[in-house]
Amino acid sequence: MIEIRLHGRGGQGAVTSAELIAIAAINQGKYAQAFPSFGPERRGAPVQAFARISDSRIRTREKIYNPDVILVLDSSLPKIVKVTAGLKEGGIAILNSHYSEEELRKILGDYKGKLAIVDATKIALEELGVPITNTTMLGAFIKATGLVEPSFMESALKERFGRLADKNIKALYRALEETKIYG
Amino acid sequence: MGKKIAKEVSIAVADAVAQCRVDVISAYPITPMTHIVEHLAELVNNGELDAEYIAVESEHAALSACIGASAAGARTFTSTAAQGLMFMYEMLYIASGFRLPIVMVIANRALSSPISIWNDHGDVMTMRDAGWIQTFAENGQEAVDLIYHAYKVAEKAFLPVAVNLDGFIVTHVVEPVELLDQEQVDKYLPPLRMKYKLDPKKPITIGAIGVPEIYTEARKAQDEALKASYKIVVQAWREFEKISGRRYNPIETYRMDDAEVALVLIGSLAETAMNAVDVLREKGKKVGLVRIRLWRPFPMQDFLKAIGKVKALCVFDRALSPGATGGPVGIEVRSALYQSNKRPKVLNIIGGLGGRDVTAEDFMELFDRTYSFLKARPRFSYEIYGVKE
Repeated sequence: MIEIRLHGRGGQGAVTSAELIAIAAINQGKYAQAFPSFGPERRGAPVQAFARISDSRIRTREKIYNPDVILVLDSSLPKIVKVTAGLKEGGIAILNSHYSEEELRKILGDYKGKLAIVDATKIALEELGVPITNTTMLGAFIKATGLVEPSFMESALKERFGRLADKNIKALYRALEETKIYG
Repeated sequence: MGKKIAKEVSIAVADAVAQCRVDVISAYPITPMTHIVEHLAELVNNGELDAEYIAVESEHAALSACIGASAAGARTFTSTAAQGLMFMYEMLYIASGFRLPIVMVIANRALSSPISIWNDHGDVMTMRDAGWIQTFAENGQEAVDLIYHAYKVAEKAFLPVAVNLDGFIVTHVVEPVELLDQEQVDKYLPPLRMKYKLDPKKPITIGAIGVPEIYTEARKAQDEALKASYKIVVQAWREFEKISGRRYNPIETYRMDDAEVALVLIGSLAETAMNAVDVLREKGKKVGLVRIRLWRPFPMQDFLKAIGKVKALCVFDRALSPGATGGPVGIEVRSALYQSNKRPKVLNIIGGLGGRDVTAEDFMELFDRTYSFLKARPRFSYEIYGVKE
């Protein structure tokens, strides 16, 4: 079972991203869960969302303490939140950032583990016209983990966003191309 | 047969309610049940569900509206949680006393104060004596299946049914759920036929005064109806199994065959607890799990059978009964055991209050403590687990 923690800011669609990961995985025939961090949420404040993917039935209602994957939607978060907290050894941190690998590792407190970086804000601004990176970062997620097939994510996006889906799908595929993986 | 789809459990539950072709929905939104009635309101508004959605000013009015509609022969639905259930309280006893087949989903949430929107069973345990049939879901699939089941049972037993889902940790999770096809639902659930209903053409009185000469008899009749509903509950699950392939029992067991120590609990934490059982079984410990799905009427014989020959039970309660001899489930279990020849030791733990996470590791620790309890005589009747000192 793979556990995923998403970091974003209230209103950026972290919960939607977690849900889309689960929907795509389930439609692909896997088992999955997605859930928000339960409680009041405020626009702009750091928020988390969670997902689990497994080949067998998922049988737990615990929170996620030691994720295998962290997905950070907002490039300003690593400076104010320890986004890699609890990340499993051998796990991967996937970040939206315009920083280089070296700079980002330093910001993450000399983080030594696997890293995937994409400038999702830039892609989102170019493709969607708004700095909302949740669907773009799903492309980075697919590239870095291979946990869901792009085609299943594409249909999940179509179902969720209707006529707005095309732009989001384009952003997702760009991230799939542009995400760089280190270590 | 339907196919597994990814849905937020609240939405799937609302879809199942709609498939049951409810006539009247009346509710006052409260976290964490909001998504359920929001989705139903949307279905009514979009013309996808031919029902009356009565927006009301309070939970008291929500259940009152269902009572009126149900008494007139309508299939009704409401939902609430925590303080909402408290505000509804007076009408709970009217609904059951009138023998109305109302179905309510409670998205279980802790009671104030302090204010908490998070999950425990403090809300529903207060309506233990309200005369409702009460079931608890373990996961999204079960939540949906218990909706179909609730209508089937309510309309045969002529009693209201409360289906309990753990707030957030069940209601707000996107997970694979399989809904029945509409034809299957229609076959399982024929149109509601009330024995007696409010009809201007054939006037009757419902809810007349119960003078001392008849009150006791009326209450006994109600008690007997609730006890007799056990058979209807089980029969409805058997019929459900034929169409869905999914089997449900009043009490579920997990790895209880040769268990010497068992955990007893209610609701969705059973999923997490099974993982603890698996880990300890790997280490050769003979532990098992007993989950209560049907809470009212309490299936005493099934429960006594389920615990087998265990030497000790850890009863995990998610509600506190301050100043009592245990949590509600603990009290129930001890009372059931007192009438039987079985006398395992009972460690009654109160935990997971107000959204405090309970992990597989916690359950492993509780199993450990139950083992040590075998040697020492209990010095307390219950303990609140995981309190920060």
